[in-house]
Amino acid sequence: MLKVDCVEKSYKKGGLFSREKQKILKNVSFECRRGECLGIIGESGSGKSTLGRLILGIEKPDRGTVLFEGKNIQDRKVRVGNISAVFQDYISSINPFFTVEEAIMEPLKGQKEIQSKIDHLLNQVGLDPSYRKKYPHELSGGEAQRVCIARAISTEPKCILLDEATSSLDVSVQTQVLDLLKKLKKSYNMSYIFITHDIQAAAYICDRVIFFRNGQIEEIVKTEHLKDVQSEYARKLLQMIITF
Amino acid sequence: MKILRNLSKDRLAAASFILIVVTIVAGILAPYIAPHDPNEVNMRLRFAAPSWEYLLGNDHLGRCILSRLIYGIRPSVLWVLGALFISVLIGAIAGFIAGYFRGKVDFFMMRICDIMLSFPGYVMTLAVVGILGIGLKNILIAFILMKWAWFARVIRTAVMQYVELDYVKFSKVTGMSDIQIIWKHIVPVTLSDIAVVSSGSMGSMILQISGFSFLGLGIQAPNAEWGMMLNEARQVMFSRPELMLAPGLAIIIVVSAFNFLSDALQVALDPKLIRSTNKFQKQEVETEIRGGKIHEYTRS
Ligand SMILES: Nc1ncnc2c1ncn2[C@@H]1O[C@H](COP(=O)(O)OP(=O)(O)O)[C@@H](O)[C@H]1O
Ligand SMILES: [Mg+2]
Repeated sequence: MLKVDCVEKSYKKGGLFSREKQKILKNVSFECRRGECLGIIGESGSGKSTLGRLILGIEKPDRGTVLFEGKNIQDRKVRVGNISAVFQDYISSINPFFTVEEAIMEPLKGQKEIQSKIDHLLNQVGLDPSYRKKYPHELSGGEAQRVCIARAISTEPKCILLDEATSSLDVSVQTQVLDLLKKLKKSYNMSYIFITHDIQAAAYICDRVIFFRNGQIEEIVKTEHLKDVQSEYARKLLQMIITF
Repeated sequence: MKILRNLSKDRLAAASFILIVVTIVAGILAPYIAPHDPNEVNMRLRFAAPSWEYLLGNDHLGRCILSRLIYGIRPSVLWVLGALFISVLIGAIAGFIAGYFRGKVDFFMMRICDIMLSFPGYVMTLAVVGILGIGLKNILIAFILMKWAWFARVIRTAVMQYVELDYVKFSKVTGMSDIQIIWKHIVPVTLSDIAVVSSGSMGSMILQISGFSFLGLGIQAPNAEWGMMLNEARQVMFSRPELMLAPGLAIIIVVSAFNFLSDALQVALDPKLIRSTNKFQKQEVETEIRGGKIHEYTRS
């Protein structure tokens, strides 16, 4: 469904006139199937968020393409209603001048029965309809992230990209949100691309996991075969968890 | 509305705001408010002292100073306001495009701005007046040509800090068009920055217009303008210094009002302060921190 094909990306390093470029992504290819949860695990600075922005079509790869059902994701019309996102920083994820209801309504423009839909969505993410009139700064981290999730699923997209969506939440809230994501995935039959540095969270929710390092894919494994990974790096990551 | 309420808490700002509104209304309604024709010469009343009929007295041609002051609002404040509006508009469009799209457009626009800003403002205005001729209109044209680049710079910087935020990213992901995103997410938050810089530069523009009129490059006699009234009074500066008082004070008061308003807007429009429940909480925390420090000092 979503196909990333030989994507490369580099950023300018240094000042205005420097020609030096830093390669952030090197020849990345993979595919995310319908209804699948695909995890991307790597340490910070490995280029996960950059890859995420390319997958979402809001930045242009230097080389290669990202195709959604065969069409280029950079086309705005391909994205409408099909793909959505939840980001790590729940504070800057909602316009501070918007109420919860305005934030959720934004991608729903032009649809009928928005009012009842908002109540339904809030219900789905476990929030009371009384939250509709609240402003983002009046929400806790978990609540704000739930609002972001409600906003992301509002158009019933086929694919949601979650970039460290649970990483800045407390551990107990983290599992609640992960359970919520699992439940929603089942009822809406969506695909997730779950970007994280937390291997446990990835193992909890993902069907397949990509180990990502220095802008390259080290290994792709099914979650149930996580124990017998081949590559050195993946094994090292797993080892660290076990010793903890 | 919230902004007005915030402003009204600050007495000085509220007074400045009211003064500016009154001045603008008086300028627009000048023919109805002014007690006399500003250009009516009456040599018998030459240098007459204030009287009930001529509240601020009469000038060297016996014209009513109060009426001239009121009519002078038009070139000194209203036209400047118009020029400011146009240059902010041009600057805002350029700034939004450069700050939002970045890349080559940004680079290109900023180099144009660099070129514009590398000329000293007064010299450029004089050059424009030299080419187009003397007159208020030409000075205003020169202002627009000079000022937009500066506004573009400031607005671009303001825009750039918002386009990176996640809620803008989300809107892009969901396929909102760039124009919609700018309109819904960027314009409302940058409006405060724009209001602050434009009210701040309003004061200096009034001073400059009056300065050029004082030099005789601006509006032409017999039309009233505050700077020109000062110039006319200059000829009798030592025998009748009080004639300088009315236009001089008018300039000082209006310019100060714009500057006070600009300062207050900066506070009133800060999104953090608008949404925060009250300012006192912050102060409390600060004093607590300070108290803690003092405590540490005394211990050590
Ligand atoms: N817009 C950008 N311009 C220049 N460098 C960037 C930009 N975005 C990311 N980078 C660089 O790319 C590298 C990877 O960043 P990122 O994708 O955020 O990693 P991760 O999400 O895995 O922590 C970092 O070294 C960062 O400095
Ligand atoms: Mg990241």
